[in-house]
Amino acid sequence: MTKQSKLFYFIPYSLWLIFFVAAPLLLIFYQSFFTVEGQFTLANYQTYFESGTYLRMTVNSVWYAFLITVLTLLISYPTAYLLNKTKHKQLWLLLIILPTWINLLLKAYAFIGIFSINGSVNDFLLFIGIGRQQILFTDVSFLLVATYIEIPFMILPIFNALEELNPSYERASRDLGANGLDTFRRVVFPLTLNGVKSGIQAVFIPSLSLFMLTRLIGGNRVITLGTAIEQHFLVTQDWGMGSTIGVVLIVAMLLIMVLTGEKKKKERGHK
Amino acid sequence: MKRLLIIIVSILAISVGLYVSIDQLSKSQGITSDNTLNFYNWGDYLDPELITKFEQETDYRVSYETFDSNEAMYTKIEQGGTAYDLAVPSEYMIQRMIKEKMVIKLDHNKIKGLENINDLFLDQSFDPKNTYSIPYFWGTLGIIYNDKFLDKEEIKHWDDLWSPTLKNDVMLIDGAREVMGLSLNSLGYSLNTKDKNELKAAAEKLSTLTPNVKAIVADEIKMYMIQEESSVAVTFSGEAAEMLDQNENLHYVIPEEGSNLWFDNFVIPKTAKNKEAAYAFINFMLDPENAAQNAEYIGYSTPNEAAKKQLPLEITEDEQFYPSNQTLENLEVYDDLGKESIGVYNDLFLEFKMHRK
Repeated sequence: MTKQSKLFYFIPYSLWLIFFVAAPLLLIFYQSFFTVEGQFTLANYQTYFESGTYLRMTVNSVWYAFLITVLTLLISYPTAYLLNKTKHKQLWLLLIILPTWINLLLKAYAFIGIFSINGSVNDFLLFIGIGRQQILFTDVSFLLVATYIEIPFMILPIFNALEELNPSYERASRDLGANGLDTFRRVVFPLTLNGVKSGIQAVFIPSLSLFMLTRLIGGNRVITLGTAIEQHFLVTQDWGMGSTIGVVLIVAMLLIMVLTGEKKKKERGHK
Repeated sequence: MKRLLIIIVSILAISVGLYVSIDQLSKSQGITSDNTLNFYNWGDYLDPELITKFEQETDYRVSYETFDSNEAMYTKIEQGGTAYDLAVPSEYMIQRMIKEKMVIKLDHNKIKGLENINDLFLDQSFDPKNTYSIPYFWGTLGIIYNDKFLDKEEIKHWDDLWSPTLKNDVMLIDGAREVMGLSLNSLGYSLNTKDKNELKAAAEKLSTLTPNVKAIVADEIKMYMIQEESSVAVTFSGEAAEMLDQNENLHYVIPEEGSNLWFDNFVIPKTAKNKEAAYAFINFMLDPENAAQNAEYIGYSTPNEAAKKQLPLEITEDEQFYPSNQTLENLEVYDDLGKESIGVYNDLFLEFKMHRK
C-alpha cells in the first residue's frame, strides 16, 4: 500500500473523530462561557460553585455512582471468578451479556411493573406475610436497577482478565504453600486488577449522569447532574449553564480515567 | 481502493434508485405537493374518520404526521426538512414561534366559522386578535384522585395536597411552571408572577410539601394512576380524560382558586407550501358538526360553542372538563416570561426536587 492510499483511508476516520468527538467537546466548552442572552461570561462557573444546589447535586451524583460501582463490583468479581471455572464459560458469558441487547427503557419499564404496588415483588411480600411496601421511588430500587443494568459492563473486563491469567501462576502459588485465600489475595486479585479498573471506569462514568432511571425508577426523588443538564437544555434553554455542568462532568470523568489509568503504566515500569 | 470505490458507488446507486421509486410510487397514488396537506399534529389527537371525510369533501389528500412534545415539533419545523402546512402547538410555543417569525399571519377573510368559537378562548395574550392561530382544543391543570382512598370533600383545593393524611401519596407532573404555579395559586398569586418575594414564598411553601410527594414524573402518571399506585396526582385535563376512561374510580378536580388554562391552536408554519389546503382544513374543523365529532372521539374540551351544543349533555355538563364560568375566570394562561424568569422558576423547582424526606 502506498503512503497516499493510507492517508486516504485515514480521512473518514479522522473526519469522524473531528466532527463527533472533538467538535462536540469544544462546543460544550465554548457554550459554557455564555449567558442566556449570549454574552461572554464566567458567571456560569461562579453560579455552579457558589450555589449550594449544584454542589449538593454533584455530591449526590458522585455518591450514588460510587454506591452503584461498589455494588456492581461486589457482585461481578465473584461471578466472573466462578464463571471462569465453569465448563461452558463462553455460553454462560453470553447469557450474562444478553440483557444488554435489550433497550434500557424497556428494562426500566419492566422494573416498574415488577416493583409497583400491585407488582410481583409486592404480591410475594403479601404472600409471606410482610404486606405491601413502597418499593418504587426509593433509593433501594434505584440502586438495584442501576446495578442490574451496569453489571455486564463490570463482568466482561474482569472475566477477560481472569481468562488471560495463566493457570500455572495459581498452581505455583499453591505448590509453594499458599492456601486458597492467600493465592487469591496475593496472586489472582493483583494480577486481574487491570480488569477491575477498566470495569470501574465503564461503570462509574456512565453512572454519574444516569438520568432516565432517576425519573422512571427514582421518581425524581434521586437527583443527579444529568437531571439538571436535561432541564437546562430542554426547559430553560440555558445552554450555557447546561454546558457548564457538562464540563464539570467531563473533568470529573477525566480525573477518574487518570486515577485508575496511571498506575497501570507504573506497574509496567516495574516489570 | 477499488473495492472501496465499488462499495461507495453501489450505495449511492441504491439510494438514488430508492429515491426515484418513492417518487414514482407517490405520483402513482396521486400525491403531489399541489393537492397534499402536510398536517403535523399531536399523537392520537384527531378522529381518523375526519381525515377520510375531509379528503372526500375536498380534493386534498392529507399526509398526517404526529409529534409528542412542543419542543420536538419546534425543532422539526425550524429545520424545515418537511414542509408542514399546518401544525398544532400549545400557547407558549405559539408565542415563541410568533417571536421568531416561524408562523405566518392568517388571512381572516379565508377563515369561515370563527364565530363558532367561544369568545372566552379568543384574543388571548399569547396571540392577540388571533392573528396567527385558531383554537383547536383547550384544557386545564388539576388534581386527579381515586375515590377508593379519598373522599370527594377531601380534595377540592391546591391546599388539600398539603394534608397530613396524604403522606408519601402525591404524584406531581415534572414541570417547573406547573409545580411552582400550583404553589403560587394556592397562595393567591398569579402563576405568571415575576415578583421575587412571591416566588420565594411559593418555593418555601412548596418545600413543606416534600413529605407528601411520592414522585415527580411525566407521562407515567397516567399508568400509575390507572394501576392505583398512588391516590392523588397533579396532571393535565387531557391526560386525566384518558385515565378516567380506564379506571372509573378516578376523578378530576380543577381547584377553583385558580389554575393553568392551556390551548392547542392551529398555526400555519412559514414553511407551508399549500396554504389553501391549510385554510380548507381549519374551516373544516371549525364546522360545528366536525368539531363535535372530534371532541367526542378525543375527549378533550372543545372551544367551539356551536359544537358544544351538539355534544351529549353528560359531556358538556361535566364540570371536570367544562368548568363553570366562575372557575374559568380564575384560570390563567402561561405567559412567555422570557428566558431569565423561566430560569428562576427552574432553579427553584430544582431546589424543590433536591429536598430529601
